[in-house]
Amino acid sequence: MPLFWLRVALSLYGVGLIYALASFWGGRHVLTRITLPAVGLGMTFHFVALIENSMLSGAWAPASLHELESMLAFLLMVFFFVIYARYGATSPGIAVFPLVFLLTVSAASGNSPSSASMPLLVSRQWIFVHVGLIFIGYAGLIFSFIASILYLIQEKNLKNKNSTGIWTRLPALAVIDDMGYKCLLWGFPFMTLGLISGAIVAEARVGPHYFLDAKILISIVMWVLYMVLLYTRWSAGWRGRRAAYLATFAFATAVLAWAANSLSHTHRFIAP
Amino acid sequence: MKFHVIGVNHNSAPLDVRERLAVPETQLPDAVQHLVNQPGVDEGMVLSTCNRVEVLASSSEAPADLRGFLRSYFGVSPETIIPHIYEFQEREAVRHVFRVAASLDSMVVGEPQILGQVKEAYTVARSLGAINSALEALLSRAFAVAKKVRSETAIGSSSVSIASVAVQLAEKIFGSLEGKTVYLIGAGKMAELAARHLIGHGAKKIIVSNRTYERAASLAESFAGETVPFERMHETAAQADIILTSTGATEPLFRREHGERLLKGRRNRPVFFIDIAVPRNVDPAVNKLDGLFVYDVDDLQSVASNNSAERKKEAERAEKIVEAEVDRFAVRMKSLHLVPTIVSLQEYCETIRQAEIDRIRGRLGSVTPEQEAAIEAMTRGIINKLLHTPITTLKSSATEPEAATIQDMVRRLFNLNNGKPKN
Repeated sequence: MPLFWLRVALSLYGVGLIYALASFWGGRHVLTRITLPAVGLGMTFHFVALIENSMLSGAWAPASLHELESMLAFLLMVFFFVIYARYGATSPGIAVFPLVFLLTVSAASGNSPSSASMPLLVSRQWIFVHVGLIFIGYAGLIFSFIASILYLIQEKNLKNKNSTGIWTRLPALAVIDDMGYKCLLWGFPFMTLGLISGAIVAEARVGPHYFLDAKILISIVMWVLYMVLLYTRWSAGWRGRRAAYLATFAFATAVLAWAANSLSHTHRFIAP
Repeated sequence: MKFHVIGVNHNSAPLDVRERLAVPETQLPDAVQHLVNQPGVDEGMVLSTCNRVEVLASSSEAPADLRGFLRSYFGVSPETIIPHIYEFQEREAVRHVFRVAASLDSMVVGEPQILGQVKEAYTVARSLGAINSALEALLSRAFAVAKKVRSETAIGSSSVSIASVAVQLAEKIFGSLEGKTVYLIGAGKMAELAARHLIGHGAKKIIVSNRTYERAASLAESFAGETVPFERMHETAAQADIILTSTGATEPLFRREHGERLLKGRRNRPVFFIDIAVPRNVDPAVNKLDGLFVYDVDDLQSVASNNSAERKKEAERAEKIVEAEVDRFAVRMKSLHLVPTIVSLQEYCETIRQAEIDRIRGRLGSVTPEQEAAIEAMTRGIINKLLHTPITTLKSSATEPEAATIQDMVRRLFNLNNGKPKN
């Protein structure tokens, strides 16, 4: 059943994907009205799928890569709606909807939760805390990256005196800037606490050598970049191109940290 | 029910003619009263704005004498105004009302004020009882069409004058102008006009710097702003979010190095330069710096022209929406003609049902409340099922040419023209 709800959510996220694609050739008008209710409904079904999955597996922590993807996709949607409620901006959807769709496609093609419930190396409660916190941090970073890209597009429009075309309908520069900054600001404590909780678990299970693991090293680099991003905003008011490059770099490191799971010996909460 | 419109607007009549026909707000109720007393007028509304004076009326039997209204109310001879007036009847009148409400007939197509003005005219007429079912249906649909046009097209989303383009661009940079500081360098009329526009949209503080200090002080005073000596212009510029330059300087006042210093002073917060001076007061190289946006007079003009072209394109889309809505409204109005027949048919059947129940009640003797309810439900069910097909056929025939024949046939078959059915 959780897979069924997830697939229902996926088909509704499909409307978001079409909206994002249609943005590139300017056919967003009609879709705008149906997209938000559709993806909102999709998020509700996604929530049902997550809850039902947890109840069936008897634990809140994700137990497979597909469940992780599903959780990240859900958190991205939550972030999207929080931003929409705060700024009334739907433009981040152009990047978020395809990402959520792809993550959900992968999650919905996975095994049922019962078969994915494999023995764990560490306690599920700790993993839930660790994954939940890290993912909120990831979502913050992803949105900050999206905001940086939107900032660059809008800045280019204004610099080139381009007053027509679909991209001119983006929110104001100050709004995009604030959006990106707030995402960073909110995401950072979660990312920090997520890494700390992960370090505590790894220390307890693997011992002090956990620090030398590739994934953990990349994650620390990502965290440092995250902090540098915030610091440059605070101290020098960095925005625009420089902030966007830094956000891109931090985002690329986050993707690398995510992908480095396969290289890691320590970061394997599912038994081989 | 027939709709009629008569009026003059900015396209059909010069200002002096529109002035003669204008109705001040305080006299609008009197004009509406006068209108509904005209022969043939069942319902009426008067719309008077600076660009148009229009009379809208509905009539059922005799044609509404709207020319008579113009003659008697305004005291103008028809010969003098006939070349300037336009008149629309029925479908054309519906289309015209929809186009006016949707701002497609405005001098600046897409301007938002007209909808509010139509709504005000409607409120006045309604409060006087001059609007009933027909105009109510037409105007409430016109408001819905206007809303649809605004939400489904971008007709009102762009600015078409230089001052409003400056505000639009500033809002694209800062989101809102609330609390923003505007620095006027040069104190000419154009700068004053643009500053007024920016203040009208929320800008809070005005700083003025001019070679002639007295002129700067006088302008600053009119905005309750500050004056800065011209030689201190660069060192104080970092306070400003928007810098409006309009001096007669032959060399740029702001060059790249000034821009760099400005950014440092503002910790990279953006600045919008509106350079309306010719020759330009801001070196175009400043625009290359991150966070500094420079628009000269040609740039502003070019945005305004693009916006005008965009509006024209959106207006074409809006016209299609209006046309589809006119068709839909026509269907609705035609089906309204059938309502009396449908109601009569239902009443006819209900009378028979009641009579039959009363007749049989005597023979049944005492019945329990449950039995009574069962008889009610059964007889109602029979009537509803029998009437379902004729009523559906009647409704679907509304747009067909033989609608009147079908309606007449139903009335004759059920003897609906001659009162009660025979028992």
